[in-house]
Amino acid sequence: MSSQTLSTILFLLFVAATLGITFWASRQTKTAADYYAGGRSFSGAQNGLAIGGDYMSAASFLGIAGIIALSGYDGFLYSIGFLVAWLVALLLVAELMRNSGKFTMADVLAFRMSPRPVRTAAGVSTITVSIFYLLAQMVGAGALVGLLLGVTSPTGKALTIVGVGILMIVYVVVGGMKGTTWVQIVKAVLLMGGATLVTLLVLGKYGFNLSGLLGDAAAQSGKGEAFLKPGLKYGTEAQGLAGKLDLISLGLALVLGTAGLPHILIRFYTVPTAKDARKSVLWGIGIIGSFYLLTLVLGFGAAAVVGTGTIVAQDKAGNIAAPMLAQEIGRLIFGEVGGTILLAVIAAVAFATILAVVAGLTLASSSSFAHDLYAHVFKRGNVTDKEEVVVARISAFVIGAVAIGLGILAQGQNVAFLVALAFAVAASGNLPAILYSLFWKDFNTSGAVSAIYGGLVSALLLVVFSPVVSGSATSLFPDADFAWFPLSNPGLVSIPIGFLAGWIGTRLSKEYNASKYAEIEVRALTGVGAEKAAEH
Amino acid sequence: MTARQHDSSVYEQVQASERFQELKRRFRAWTFPMTAAFLVWYLLYVVLSGWARDFMGIKVLGNINVALIFGFLQFVSTFGIAWAYSRHMEKKIDPIADEIRHEIEGRTE
Repeated sequence: MSSQTLSTILFLLFVAATLGITFWASRQTKTAADYYAGGRSFSGAQNGLAIGGDYMSAASFLGIAGIIALSGYDGFLYSIGFLVAWLVALLLVAELMRNSGKFTMADVLAFRMSPRPVRTAAGVSTITVSIFYLLAQMVGAGALVGLLLGVTSPTGKALTIVGVGILMIVYVVVGGMKGTTWVQIVKAVLLMGGATLVTLLVLGKYGFNLSGLLGDAAAQSGKGEAFLKPGLKYGTEAQGLAGKLDLISLGLALVLGTAGLPHILIRFYTVPTAKDARKSVLWGIGIIGSFYLLTLVLGFGAAAVVGTGTIVAQDKAGNIAAPMLAQEIGRLIFGEVGGTILLAVIAAVAFATILAVVAGLTLASSSSFAHDLYAHVFKRGNVTDKEEVVVARISAFVIGAVAIGLGILAQGQNVAFLVALAFAVAASGNLPAILYSLFWKDFNTSGAVSAIYGGLVSALLLVVFSPVVSGSATSLFPDADFAWFPLSNPGLVSIPIGFLAGWIGTRLSKEYNASKYAEIEVRALTGVGAEKAAEH
Repeated sequence: MTARQHDSSVYEQVQASERFQELKRRFRAWTFPMTAAFLVWYLLYVVLSGWARDFMGIKVLGNINVALIFGFLQFVSTFGIAWAYSRHMEKKIDPIADEIRHEIEGRTE
């Protein structure tokens, strides 16, 4: 049996199991709290795994391992930003948000402000961030399946995107948060298992001598010593000062973006209390941190065992480094059959990873559409629980369909920058609004709206005028040149703009509600009146 | 009834109470400086990765260089701070928070 057949079978098993869970979850999904927050009945450990499942995207599994395999140390830099970011979420956001919110990020912002403008802004930002992230994942799925299953025709790739899209819609529409969370948990366990297995085999081959592995990686990379230190990918000496500032900009967006990502924020609502939210982030940090340490070995292992040149020959972006490593290490240790099996396992895990992440994103954006825009902005809060869930399901379907369409159109485009852009928008617009809401007495409607739009618009505009979109051979439009902003990541400028806009907006308005501030402050810190777990 | 229907003056009274101010002070006095500290520590790492590459390339143990150890220390500090935070919350914050919550729930039922 070929590896492609085997990974297809394994993947179908995953799909069958997760669909089973989804239909089981659908029977327990009756109220809005069930649909949006899984009845708030997950334990800290379960939600911690789901956080890992939501967060460890194919971009971080295949992408980071690939960057390390091609450019060495710089991939590690990326993963450290992704990990440290969780401290912002843990120390400043998770518990307070669980205590004061209900279903979406906007619940916290709208608490003491004029609900319609704030919910509109938060809804727009949530949907924008989620769609960017979603699009990057969908296009990645098409390319990845192409590489792993040998599907090369545009039609075949388009069909892959449609297939991924339909599954994601089914998970979300049918299973709601409960089904989606279980998909994340299953995926996190599979991903950790697969990554650990390959890591142990690689380390075993080197007698657990990390230095030996690194030496081989440097030698096989063709880049020598430079492979083991920063500077081959981000802020290379050739790019000069702009390149190095870009590195700082990326670092800032990564570390501050996570706590503003809507699909991560809604995870805090799936547990019964703030203490469980704390526990789930602690679990999440443990899992995500261990995972990034594994990818370090996978990346350097791929360079050492497979060789950077061989990987680049297969895929210029290096996304296939981890699967290739699995195949090669399996072959070296267990023979041909072992290589085939291991490749199939890792390929199936990679598909599962993509599916789980896109489901989480679809859920976040459809929840925000239904709860923030439909129920509170269009209907001014005059909707029944049941009606809201119906709208949420319909919008999940529509957003999924839009993502499929855009994914097919964007096929073959280099859209990897969209993930970094999603982090930049989250850090520039959402994070200032959330932090000011939770900690600043004077913050008001004008401030919240200014922070979100200021951060969102400045991040988007700066990217439009950056080398990502025009002016260089790797741009989206390589033939045009309107790039006057030198950095490809806008965070260094747009994050301060978001915080500043929030401050100026607040100062320009006289609105201030002392009793509402007292309420959110007391609720956030003590958990009084926090939404309770559903009783089934 | 849910908290939404509470007389909001209850919250203002609680907010003004010494107990709550102590809770708020303890929370902020730990989390704010710690946030500043880990952000500076992380940015130091990123800046060194950009501007001090020769230093980062110094080999310490075989092929393991300063850059790898520095990166690894970021993992260690992240795990350590997360652990310290949960200890701090359990010891210094949760007891007061629970006490105030029970008091408000008792007062308004």
